[in-house]
Amino acid sequence: MAETGYALEARGIVKIFGNHVALDKVDFGLKPGEVHALLGENGAGKSTLIKILTGAYQPSLGEVLVAGVPVTLNNPQHAQTYGIGTVYQEVNLLPNRSVAENLYLGHQPTWFGFVDRKKMERDSAAVLARYGLDIDPSSELGAHSVAVQQIVAIARAVELSGKVLILDEPTASLDRNEVERLFEIIGDLKKSGLAVVFITHFLDQVFAIADRVTILRNGKLIDTKSLDNLTRTDVVRLMLGKDIAFSGATKLEENRPLGEVLLDFKGYGRKRSVHPFNLTIHKGEVVGVAGLLGSGRTEMARIMFGADAADEGTVAVAGKTTSISRPTDAIARGFGFCPEDRKAEGIFGDLSVRENIVIALQGKLGWFSALTRDEQMEIAGRFGESMDIRAASLDMPVKLLSGGNQQKVILSRWLATDPAFLILDEPTRGIDVGAHAEIVRTINRLRDEGLALVVISSELDEVVAYSSRIVVMRDRELVAELNGENINPGVIVQAIANHREGAAS
Amino acid sequence: MIRRSLVKLANPQLLALVGVLLINWLLFPNFFRVTWQDGRFFGSLIDVLNRGAPVAILAIGMVGVIATKGVDLSVGAVMAVAGAVAATMVVAGYPAPIAVVAALTVGLLCGLWNGVLVAILDIQPIIATLVLMVAGRGIAQLITEGFIVTFTDPTLVYIGTGSFLGFPMAAVIALVLAIVVTLIVRRTAIGLFIEAVGVNRAAASLAGIRSRMLLLLVYSLSGFCAAIAGIIVAGDIRGADANNAGLWLELDAILAVVIGGTSLLGGRFSVPLAVIGALIIQAMNTGILVSGFPPEFNLIVKAGLIFIVLVIQSPLASRLAPARLRPATKGAAK
Repeated sequence: MAETGYALEARGIVKIFGNHVALDKVDFGLKPGEVHALLGENGAGKSTLIKILTGAYQPSLGEVLVAGVPVTLNNPQHAQTYGIGTVYQEVNLLPNRSVAENLYLGHQPTWFGFVDRKKMERDSAAVLARYGLDIDPSSELGAHSVAVQQIVAIARAVELSGKVLILDEPTASLDRNEVERLFEIIGDLKKSGLAVVFITHFLDQVFAIADRVTILRNGKLIDTKSLDNLTRTDVVRLMLGKDIAFSGATKLEENRPLGEVLLDFKGYGRKRSVHPFNLTIHKGEVVGVAGLLGSGRTEMARIMFGADAADEGTVAVAGKTTSISRPTDAIARGFGFCPEDRKAEGIFGDLSVRENIVIALQGKLGWFSALTRDEQMEIAGRFGESMDIRAASLDMPVKLLSGGNQQKVILSRWLATDPAFLILDEPTRGIDVGAHAEIVRTINRLRDEGLALVVISSELDEVVAYSSRIVVMRDRELVAELNGENINPGVIVQAIANHREGAAS
Repeated sequence: MIRRSLVKLANPQLLALVGVLLINWLLFPNFFRVTWQDGRFFGSLIDVLNRGAPVAILAIGMVGVIATKGVDLSVGAVMAVAGAVAATMVVAGYPAPIAVVAALTVGLLCGLWNGVLVAILDIQPIIATLVLMVAGRGIAQLITEGFIVTFTDPTLVYIGTGSFLGFPMAAVIALVLAIVVTLIVRRTAIGLFIEAVGVNRAAASLAGIRSRMLLLLVYSLSGFCAAIAGIIVAGDIRGADANNAGLWLELDAILAVVIGGTSLLGGRFSVPLAVIGALIIQAMNTGILVSGFPPEFNLIVKAGLIFIVLVIQSPLASRLAPARLRPATKGAAK
């Protein structure tokens, strides 16, 4: 059948949302009998590509071919008729109906128009046996473990489709034994000639099961390769991009006398969020945090700021053990936090630039010592000037500003509170070059003024340029702390890819 | 500050109020005639102030709630509870001031209850306040034991029907309340924090604003205002009617706030404009009554007005209209 050799192929796919290009000329080929891993950071375009392959989205440009024949997939049900089935991270079955009903929902065997329940359950038992499941088909699906539900979902997708199986983070909520069992089933399906697309954040699993890997970054196809010739470090490097290993010119800020200890986190962590970590932060230093998206970087920042309360460990501020369970506690101790998602957690879109700048200071002052309008104008004007905020008026709504200027507004908000410690989560993401330079300059200036900073960034060059030390997060754990002259982006990539090596250096 | 407020007077809400009054005048030429009789003013215009006062008072409490992206459906029922408390206490022989304080306290507690459901238990405001909207009438009936409790206490009757400097007492209370609440929210940081929580609660929390305290405050204020309105209405009819006092007025209060330019999505709010919204509604009610149309028209005209306001506030309209014609939603006192 497949003259091209591909069971499912996408050629030159472009997908545009508004004026945002989510996918830019992406090619993707899936061979029968292979497990093909699709990798990329959040926002790289993985799920957009999947949705196009399953017919949930229509490509703006490019074509999808099934067994070498161009097709138009109107919706996921339509894609199923071409043999393409999908299983999502959250099992989207009906937990309050029986296993058999879930397997045959919408395709129940009928007898004179009535559902033939007996036949359905008999068939179900046969299907389930092939997947090594010995459960009663008439039992309620919700009574079984997530792993069993996941397998039922896979069985349903394979029974209905049969050629291509797309698994979107199927292992996210499974434990180790369940993952192994799932992998056995995937291995069997592969032997029977099914083509499997596998999406995950866990690199170990990619190397355990996948034959080839396609890596996306910022909506662009980086490469499709056989995993035989790739190391873990190569994969991380491809995901992060920027040829980091070759820009060894930058190195850590060194020979800088350490200030006194400002913060000391000991065994600090939160269940199901971040493993306990130890971190000491001095005055006048920038601690860079590196790690892939989803590695627990943001969760660590939120715990430090009290946005999520830590449930184990202690923190000492300037030598005194204290408790930080709410942002107000953190702010009272001189903390500030610029969150990663500027729009959802940072700016007050409808409020003015002035109000956005003074709000944290006003929050610190409380309800009754209100800043007058003139005081607000003075403060906002001062930071507007020193941070070079480009706004037509300080009274205009902040949502009308560019992303870079919004970021400067949020930074100003914290500087107005005269902080001792700032946490910046991806402060330079998605902003223009000018604002980028201004923020990097500000980070350097604040460090020289004696502030302690924790900066989370995916821009490794940049992290190396202003950090005094770098800690590396991996799988929700602080796995390495990198010091000294020999730190360059290449070393960081290695530490991210393999924490055993990283911890040794 | 006064100069700025005067400039702000040229806003769509005030123009709408003037428009409605002019239409009333065309339909009923004596609309603007105000006479002095028995030491107080009389006339349709005064009637608008008097009849509009309860909804205006509800709107003063409601506007803060809506600015936090919430809504308080229970205010009509809380009016009935407060009226029942005040009436049964004076009938039982308590002095009027104590009955009034008790009724206000009960209103405050009703508001606090809503606030706890919304702020602490994180229940959606529309459901949380629906609980008291339903239960409140039952509580009021329990207090009055199912009867309409009538009274003749002069103090309560004065609150409902008396006059101060010739103006109806209810309108004077509404004016004083509007000024006090405006000063409280604008001279402190409370107004800014309410808007911040309404615009983006996640960001407000990260910026160190205690949104829970703030929500407790706005819902308590709403309950307190509802109690004031409930006492006025009870004094006006010299009795507490658990079934009908404040019936459907929560909807008028919400409408007044929305006409006043506060979006149901939270954010910018203005107490004075919400009061003007209440006056617009009452001006329409009075206009339809005095010009001899059957009162049924009222509902249809009101629905038409809601439709127009929602269209003006819709995202499509704000894209089409030039900036200065958009609903003015900025606090008028700042």
